[in-house]
Amino acid sequence: MAKIDFRLNGVPVSIETQLNRRLLDVLHEDFDLIGIKEGCGEGECGACAVLFDHEIINSCSVPIANCANKDIVTIEGFSNTSRYKILKDAFEEEGAVQCGFCTPGMMIAAESLLNKNPKPTTEEIKIGLSGNLCRCTGYNMIIKAIQRAAKVGEGKW
Amino acid sequence: MVKQILPKNLSEVLELISKEKYRFCAGGTDMLIQNHNLKTLPIDFKDNIIYTFNLEELKGITEDEDFITIGASESLESILENKITPQILKDTILQMASPAIRHSGTIGGNIGNASPAGDLLVPLYLLNAIVQLQSLKGIRSVLLSDFITHVRRIDLRDDEIITKIIISKINFDKHQFVKVGPRLSDAISKLSFLGAVSFHEDKVIDLRFSFGAVNITVVRRPEIEAQYIYKTKEELKNSVDELLEKYSEYIRPIDDQRSNKEYRKTVALNLLRNFIEEL
Ligand SMILES: Cc1cc2nc3c(=O)[nH]c(=O)nc-3n(C[C@H](O)[C@H](O)[C@H](O)COP(=O)(O)OP(=O)(O)OC[C@H]3O[C@@H](n4cnc5c(N)ncnc54)[C@H](O)[C@@H]3O)c2cc1C
Ligand code: FES
Ligand code: FES
Repeated sequence: MAKIDFRLNGVPVSIETQLNRRLLDVLHEDFDLIGIKEGCGEGECGACAVLFDHEIINSCSVPIANCANKDIVTIEGFSNTSRYKILKDAFEEEGAVQCGFCTPGMMIAAESLLNKNPKPTTEEIKIGLSGNLCRCTGYNMIIKAIQRAAKVGEGKW
Repeated sequence: MVKQILPKNLSEVLELISKEKYRFCAGGTDMLIQNHNLKTLPIDFKDNIIYTFNLEELKGITEDEDFITIGASESLESILENKITPQILKDTILQMASPAIRHSGTIGGNIGNASPAGDLLVPLYLLNAIVQLQSLKGIRSVLLSDFITHVRRIDLRDDEIITKIIISKINFDKHQFVKVGPRLSDAISKLSFLGAVSFHEDKVIDLRFSFGAVNITVVRRPEIEAQYIYKTKEELKNSVDELLEKYSEYIRPIDDQRSNKEYRKTVALNLLRNFIEEL
């Protein structure tokens, strides 16, 4: 067991844990944050995505040991921000949410992308979303939603 | 039970590995997935583990006149975003995994994994990368192509850790990385090809090729490359069949179900042909 300190959704936290636990399991079991999903469990689908020092990672493929002193934001924390509100409206207006399973991961991917690149091209959006699978929408609506959010939210990112 | 260590610094790591056998976990994108078994969560590591992702001494990308040095725990994405990074490495990283995996996966992990399909190895072989290893006894520098000895086997002693990767600063007139695979972010590239060439007044002065996933490790044959130095572009183009013939012997995909061996060989040689013909 070891003590790991990190920031979670803006709040400093500290846990006693085995170092070989996946960040995904710590978020589910120790913090009851169930907005992120386990899809493939192999780093392929993006359903478990969170922000790690403002950048997207898949929490199923990160050991908690790597999170010491990091800033972790899950969809629950991100949903309190004005950027989230812009993305959410854009996703709804473009019909980018169907079953909703992929949506939290898609929002995290969008935030990670826009944070670095506030005016992405379609190609850059496709690269930004390349680790997030959606079985329902065929991606076009999601790409449009991100373009809309970038326009509506100009200056926010 | 296996030991798990989150070290404060590199000296602590060197002390530990001088006394007992450990394995390293950097980003964990290979280690976690390979050892993942839902019935035995947390991850069921069979060896003692040292977590090295956040070690300060394994970070950093620096340059001097001739060389670029990359810390073993630098993530693929931070290498991609750094302005020092040569375009030839960036072009490869852009075709690896997804941004999420690239934020966790490291250069040291790609080398440590020594997969025949490790994409970053393809430009690193081409750039004559040197792997720097450290132990309490000191520093050892090994050519990457000597360091990787077989499928998933590396020349790392029990008391050593990879600390740095060093590449020489070279610009080519033209380079092209092509990855042929099922899906962009898929873990396993079916095969990849990288060609690079420079001319001086129409004469070839540098010519290099490396192929990924077509043998036990990356295929690079400097002795074949050397035969075409000082040829004119036209002469090079005219010798394309002969060149393919020479590489043919080394393009021997290891057996697996992923893709038919003959198909892979044909594609690899066609990529080489296209590169030459389009010069
Ligand atoms: C969804 C997915 C997609 C992927 N796509 C690609 C792809 O397109 N191309 C590709 O090449 N790879 C791909 N990978 C594989 C992987 O992400 C890369 O190989 C990555 O570079 C591994 O880095 P890591 O830090 O995560 O390695 P880890 O899992 O931490 O370690 C891998 C190996 O390296 C050793 N190691 C790590 N650091 C050191 C060190 N400092 N000294 C000595 N040994 C060390 C470890 O002991 C282990 O054996 C993919 C993986 C996933 C999950
Ligand atoms: S559950 Fe983590 S990427 Fe699919
Ligand atoms: S909306 Fe159903 S998976 Fe994307």
